[in-house]
Amino acid sequence: MRAWEAGKQADCYPHVAREEKERLFREIKDDERYTDYLYGCYECGICVSACPSARFYNYSPRVIAQAMAREDTDRVYEILIEDIWNCAQCFSCTRCPRQNNPGGLVSIIREVAVRNGIQETRDVLQGYSRVIYKVMLKGNQVSPDMLQPEFFADWGTWVEGFTKNMREWRRAIPLESLRGVTDASWRTDHKTLVELYTIWFETGNVELIREVDEGLYELLKNTMEEELEDAEDED
Amino acid sequence: MKTEPGSGSCIQQILQKKAQPVRRDPAKAPTHDVREELFELEARGELIVHRVPEPYLEVQTKFGRTKKIPVEHTWHHKSCGQCGHIPGYSSSIVWLHRQLGLDYVDPTDQTSCTGWNYYASGASNPAAQTAVMCRNFAAAYQAGYYPLIHCGTSYGHYKEVREELVHHQHLRDEVRRIMDKLNKPLVVPEEIVHYSEWVHAMRHRIAERQVIDMSHIRACIHAACHYHKIVVEDAIYDPNILKGERTAIITGVLQALGITVEDYSTWFDCCGFGFRHILVERDFTRSFAISRKIEVMKREVNPDMVVVQDTGCYTTLDKSQFIGKAHQRDVGIPAFSDAQITALALGAHPFRVVQMHWGSTDWRPLMAKLGIDWQTYKDEFDADVEAIRRGDKKAVTWEDCDAPVVTKTK
Ligand code: SF4
Ligand code: SF4
Repeated sequence: MRAWEAGKQADCYPHVAREEKERLFREIKDDERYTDYLYGCYECGICVSACPSARFYNYSPRVIAQAMAREDTDRVYEILIEDIWNCAQCFSCTRCPRQNNPGGLVSIIREVAVRNGIQETRDVLQGYSRVIYKVMLKGNQVSPDMLQPEFFADWGTWVEGFTKNMREWRRAIPLESLRGVTDASWRTDHKTLVELYTIWFETGNVELIREVDEGLYELLKNTMEEELEDAEDED
Repeated sequence: MKTEPGSGSCIQQILQKKAQPVRRDPAKAPTHDVREELFELEARGELIVHRVPEPYLEVQTKFGRTKKIPVEHTWHHKSCGQCGHIPGYSSSIVWLHRQLGLDYVDPTDQTSCTGWNYYASGASNPAAQTAVMCRNFAAAYQAGYYPLIHCGTSYGHYKEVREELVHHQHLRDEVRRIMDKLNKPLVVPEEIVHYSEWVHAMRHRIAERQVIDMSHIRACIHAACHYHKIVVEDAIYDPNILKGERTAIITGVLQALGITVEDYSTWFDCCGFGFRHILVERDFTRSFAISRKIEVMKREVNPDMVVVQDTGCYTTLDKSQFIGKAHQRDVGIPAFSDAQITALALGAHPFRVVQMHWGSTDWRPLMAKLGIDWQTYKDEFDADVEAIRRGDKKAVTWEDCDAPVVTKTK
């Protein structure tokens, strides 16, 4: 992102209709957390000094708070397209003396970007789909069998050693709910998973996945529906 | 007292004030007490507040309020990152409960909070996140046990979600509708308690059982962002630990074990985990963890270890060091959780309980410094693994490792 220039009306996405940008900004502001997360901005930069992403990317929580406080629709759209996925969601920026929560604002914008199927968001989340599959279906974010050398080469030779021993190591854990489990973090009752699927359907979370990845959506929906039907038959 | 500008006395006053421990008056807390709001909602019949069971210990939080920490009868709300990739973290927490003879359950009707996914992808919504939390809390309530949250992300996320639930009627109505469908009550615990708070509150009882001398060990700590930066008023602060300026978590238990906790200039920085980044954009995670945490600790302190209280921080600080070493960066600090170090101090088996073989950084120098003959225990564990491989042994069980094994050095 470019440095902030006061009063600048730059529009990096002139081909996107103004109404569309305003609609998205309205959707962000309609989130009931918005007024809890933004109280104006002193432009002091304290959030930037605490922000890990600002050190690594061309990214600034100050610009996010400022753009929103100034209702700069073009800049907010630019943030939605270019910046939100840089945030580490660490909330170090809650040090803000104005009690702003720029990381929380990013959470809201991300939700809006997902709900609206924004192409740049779909692209960013493409490599992440298998994790969404895991968490929605197993109720766990990660599992031992995800630790494969091709995905975690940067974790060194440890990963290779681990994959050779995974089954035995998992049996060599005294905590019962973990013992022997390789495709999830711990053993979860079938009834509990069915309850989780009910939550995903009832809250519209399954439909939301359609906006991220159509194929993933079909897979999740069909698998969960089957499980729910079986559970109903058992009742 | 009137002070002359430029005379230096203003600065001296500030320095004097800063030298004093921070004592906070709960009557001046800048935020509402969410527990009072929960009790009001309960009185209106909107939800059930799960009371902290007796016996409990009382600790002080950021704004001087008192928080109850259950000693036992706890429902171990596990962490997916810990259980999946650092199982010795979870085993150590439970082993400590078993050492102290405390009542607990290791539930299988728990799901993760799914907060990691939420912070990584935004592919969820407040109703779903709140319902997931309430389903877990209802399962604990129905089991008659109090939730003890192993994960820093779950802890922070649940506190955020609790705020939303308390403040928005429509969210309560929506979640109640879903809980009705699941045949479960809408329950919120009186306190959201992280396991490291239990370790902190129990530290003196735990230290009575210490068998390994750790008084010559120097550590840096890293407190999880989602522990002390989200809904900050729930985090434990103690005027006698770090002068009450920073959370007392981890530092308190390490000091109780005789370990020297050293400061470093990037103490407040995040570890670099990033939720999405650790899984699919690790160049950020690695660079940040190495340059802003590990190298700074090395340069300023050169500690024997870094001790954390959360899943993501452990994974980031442990696993990122390999690539730093490959690039001849100044790395090489073994990472542990407070629970693992505490279990080791009490003589837990380094592999059957603490599961050190899941760690990537070299823990051998630390073991040597502690006088722990790690090779003997490694040989025992390797024999377990081979026996399991051959089918001669089904598993390692608590029977194999309840008893402390490491020789007394204290
Ligand atoms: S939450 Fe995001 S914006 Fe805030 S400090 Fe962390 S990385 Fe920066
Ligand atoms: S710390 Fe707060 S007031 Fe200061 S620039 Fe950041 S958001 Fe604005």
